[in-house]
Amino acid sequence: MMLGILGGRIYDPRNSKDGEVGDIWVKDGRVVTPEDVDQKAAQTVDATGLVVMPGGVDIHAHIVGSEVNSGRKMRPEDHRGHERARSGGLRAGAGGTVPSTYLTGYLYSELGYTTVMQASAAPLVVRHTHEELEDVPNLDKGAFIVMGNNHFVMQCIADKQPEKARDYVAWLLGASRGYAIKIVNPGGVENWKWGKNVAELDDEVIGYGVTPRQIVQTLATIADDLGLPHPVHIHGINLGRHTSARTTVEMIAALDGHRVHLCHIQFLSYGAGRGHVHRSEAVAVAAAVNASSGVTVDIGQVIFGNATTMTCDGPLQYGLHLTTGNKWINDDVEGESGGGIVPITYKPGNPINGTMWLTGLELFLLIDDPWRVFLSTDHPNAGPFTSYPQVIRLLMDRDYRREMFESLHPRARRGALLPDLDREYSLGEIAVISRAGPARALGLEHKGHLGVGADADVAVYEECADKEAMFSRPRYVYKGGELVARDGAVVADVAGRTFSVAPQYDAGLEVELREYFKKAYTVSFDNYSALSGHGAPTEIVACG
Amino acid sequence: MSTVVEHVTCPFCGCLCDDLTVEAEGVEIRKVRLACSSGQGIFMDYDPRPRRPLVDGREVEWENAVAEAASILSAADSPLIYGLSSSASEAQRKAVALADRIGAVIDSTSSVCHGPTGLAMQAVGEPTCTLGEVRDRADLLVFWGCNPDASHLRHFPRFSLTAKGALTPNGRADRTVYVVDVRPTGSSKKADHFLQVDVGSDFEVLTTLRLLVKGKEPSVDTVGGVPVAQLKELVERMKSCRYGVAFMGMGLTMAPARQLNVAELFTLVAELNEFAKFSVLPMRGHGNVTGADQVLSWTTGYPFAVSFARGYPQFSPGEFSAVDMLARRAADAAVIIASDPGAHFPAAAAAHLERIPTIVLDHGPSVVASHARVVFPTAAYGVDAAGTAYRMDNVPIPLKRVISTGRLTDEEILDRIIEAVA
Amino acid sequence: MSERLTLITGRTRKQAVGMHKGKDSPEYREATALVEMNPEDMARLKIEDGGKALLRTAEGEVELTAHAGSLPAGLVFVPMGTLVNKLIGTETLGTGMPSFKGQTVDVAAVTEREDAS
Repeated sequence: MMLGILGGRIYDPRNSKDGEVGDIWVKDGRVVTPEDVDQKAAQTVDATGLVVMPGGVDIHAHIVGSEVNSGRKMRPEDHRGHERARSGGLRAGAGGTVPSTYLTGYLYSELGYTTVMQASAAPLVVRHTHEELEDVPNLDKGAFIVMGNNHFVMQCIADKQPEKARDYVAWLLGASRGYAIKIVNPGGVENWKWGKNVAELDDEVIGYGVTPRQIVQTLATIADDLGLPHPVHIHGINLGRHTSARTTVEMIAALDGHRVHLCHIQFLSYGAGRGHVHRSEAVAVAAAVNASSGVTVDIGQVIFGNATTMTCDGPLQYGLHLTTGNKWINDDVEGESGGGIVPITYKPGNPINGTMWLTGLELFLLIDDPWRVFLSTDHPNAGPFTSYPQVIRLLMDRDYRREMFESLHPRARRGALLPDLDREYSLGEIAVISRAGPARALGLEHKGHLGVGADADVAVYEECADKEAMFSRPRYVYKGGELVARDGAVVADVAGRTFSVAPQYDAGLEVELREYFKKAYTVSFDNYSALSGHGAPTEIVACG
Repeated sequence: MSTVVEHVTCPFCGCLCDDLTVEAEGVEIRKVRLACSSGQGIFMDYDPRPRRPLVDGREVEWENAVAEAASILSAADSPLIYGLSSSASEAQRKAVALADRIGAVIDSTSSVCHGPTGLAMQAVGEPTCTLGEVRDRADLLVFWGCNPDASHLRHFPRFSLTAKGALTPNGRADRTVYVVDVRPTGSSKKADHFLQVDVGSDFEVLTTLRLLVKGKEPSVDTVGGVPVAQLKELVERMKSCRYGVAFMGMGLTMAPARQLNVAELFTLVAELNEFAKFSVLPMRGHGNVTGADQVLSWTTGYPFAVSFARGYPQFSPGEFSAVDMLARRAADAAVIIASDPGAHFPAAAAAHLERIPTIVLDHGPSVVASHARVVFPTAAYGVDAAGTAYRMDNVPIPLKRVISTGRLTDEEILDRIIEAVA
Repeated sequence: MSERLTLITGRTRKQAVGMHKGKDSPEYREATALVEMNPEDMARLKIEDGGKALLRTAEGEVELTAHAGSLPAGLVFVPMGTLVNKLIGTETLGTGMPSFKGQTVDVAAVTEREDAS
């Protein structure tokens, strides 16, 4: 199968192309040189005047697995009115903020996205994550494995055995077929099993005597030592609280010298405002990010409308349940994690929601290097991924941004910096924050660019003044060289791949783990590993 | 050739005990260690002999049975796909694919066990936990309308009543145990406290507990047959425990008020979190009925009672649930997978399955198979087929193949049917 | 003489074991063809322990072996299965779930004479 996408304006930041007219040639799912294809036999597409970008790469979204599926099950009201009928070889589906698996793949295709990372999976239930990943078409994927409240890790820290912790993490990533280390509210999720939380980096985790600081430092060191393609992916402490900006800045300082990704930092960039309304501390957080070259972030931009909050951060979700009165799922997971789900509707007329919205945009505009700040809505927490085109417009169009700002509650607007920020993102910068940047941070060499050897994941857009319209309706989307969407509608269902890592570890550890499991888990060691039993193979990405 | 397989998962009930050892001689299973009496039969009574498919009671070739099934489904206006509880999630995914393809209604045995629990969860949420948290932390257990002593025989020793864990090193001695039911049971005999509720009064008792949790005083001395003084004592224990867990079963879902009972219990548990960490766990029944909920939810957004008749998924319990589809004679063909509505549905609903062409996939004989148009003898997941099942706490666990009979799995047969109706 | 009592159904250990033997097996038949009753109800209805009781609802009727059990007065328990399902209606109150617990049922003793006729 050979393909030529000819004469388009190519935005390929990694290869320093910023709108130059050129051709992309594809053979066997990869980008190749023009000489590598029999140009007469290749299928060609005239992209004259069109914008050609690598397929989108989402570094942080909750699309599958136990939490997402509980969210689906709990929310029939989310699905009605968001149905998709079967047609041809395409499956039926439903869901607005928590779409069913096939529909999720199709909706991403219809935005020009081709790679998505599942933001969290507890290893005990990761077999479920992988089952669902098999049912998400048109995307390449990977799953981040939560470890920030893992008993074995915390015991190693308490016992001052960092090497054992490293071997365990390496084993666990392989056994869970995961891609990266995820940390969620380190120590706070464990303390929630006692009805408590952590508030400071040096608070103690009940029963272990270790601290959030020790947990993140240990795991960040392990990620560096193992040479993982993606660094520790951290959801910090105090998410949603007025102390969060301070502890986010402290977290960045605590991890100085490490590679680190901080996710959905919008939710962690607040200070205390007047009358119980948080205020944005984007200036302080952006300054800390700008000053720390090892740090990347994604934003978690709030979208006005319906969302389904879901996170391993159990105490946070209980608080949100009490605040909103909305229905609440909690799920404590033995030995390693927890989680909660609460539906929410973000409204511009709500002063707190307004502050959240402008905090995200301020961060986007104040963080200088687009290679270190990535587009996300922490789907479906701050809003659904289907709203990415709206976020792109907000970043590229300051008039639109100001117009929406005016709709906010006066208490959210008062004293806000956002109206003074004139910066507008360029198309090339959008290509960085939604493609090249996240791919680089993920260590996915063949993603996020269109150089020779890259996966032939390509999105072709028709430029128009309304950037939301432009990014909502790609003319063509190719996944591995196959046309999967055309004029904003999915046309094909192709299987995606799942990436994982398999770092080296001392196999002697397994003897100890076998004993540990008898006491620590209700599932046997052999049945815990997602390498046992059924399941499609994953594609190993090298460490080092 | 004799084989010994360790860490085998028992597919009988929602406990999915995965610590069994099975010894076999060829295809004959000789011994099963650690299984309970309900689980033993799954393995020891298994008939491994090869069987051929039946059409109208006569043995036929596989391709003929597949063609007959496809022709029934192609001709049907309103086919029903039902069962799925004793199957693996891999096959459940195929069943949804078939329903999507032919525009069928698909429902699982959830609708006659914890369907109302799902409706309650949709209404108020569900604060829950995995079974290891129960074992390791729980110092207060409340079993409401369930009888694990008869239905989930290793639940007590592995996870709850007598299980020893990190914070419960003395097992039973470290726990206070309540049973709430309409009659004394094997479980209530093992509890510290038994509250006997009048039939149909669970909702009132639960509401009274919520009232007491909020510090209000009821104006009566007895609610639903239970002295208020006993309820006060329970509330004090609930508010002061370290980690409380309520387990609930059919005593709430099958009784009058159904999902309202369950929602009231879930709300009580949520409200208790203001005082103490508290979780609730539905005692999901058959092997992988939890997986059926999971698979239907991730493929359609809804846990059971889903119709593809309009091309997209619609959810309507009471309408697309199997008992209702059959009682209203709304189904004109049926595919029954790994369950026996012939034995477990009200007779008038089961009778409709004798009127319409029915296709059965099952590893053994069943009432519904005895008058089905097409019967596909299958392998049994967890015995001679491998797959994935979800424990009652939604933890996925692999089912092993402990003997090799060469029988086809539900997944393989559904694949053939999907291909044939395409 | 018959009285209107309340019927609940449910799983028993023997029912589960019998199911593996097959629903046409004597074990299954024996495990599901019984009704547990309150002893005072039995005495009043002149149903002997081990004797036959006739249960009837609008859906149908079934004869079961009665056993005295620790049930509260007014309640009868029958293991889930093909027999008791002759008594269960198909109304699900919009949930999909029939009234497997809590349906009213008329219960009477079966005399030898009636048995033979």
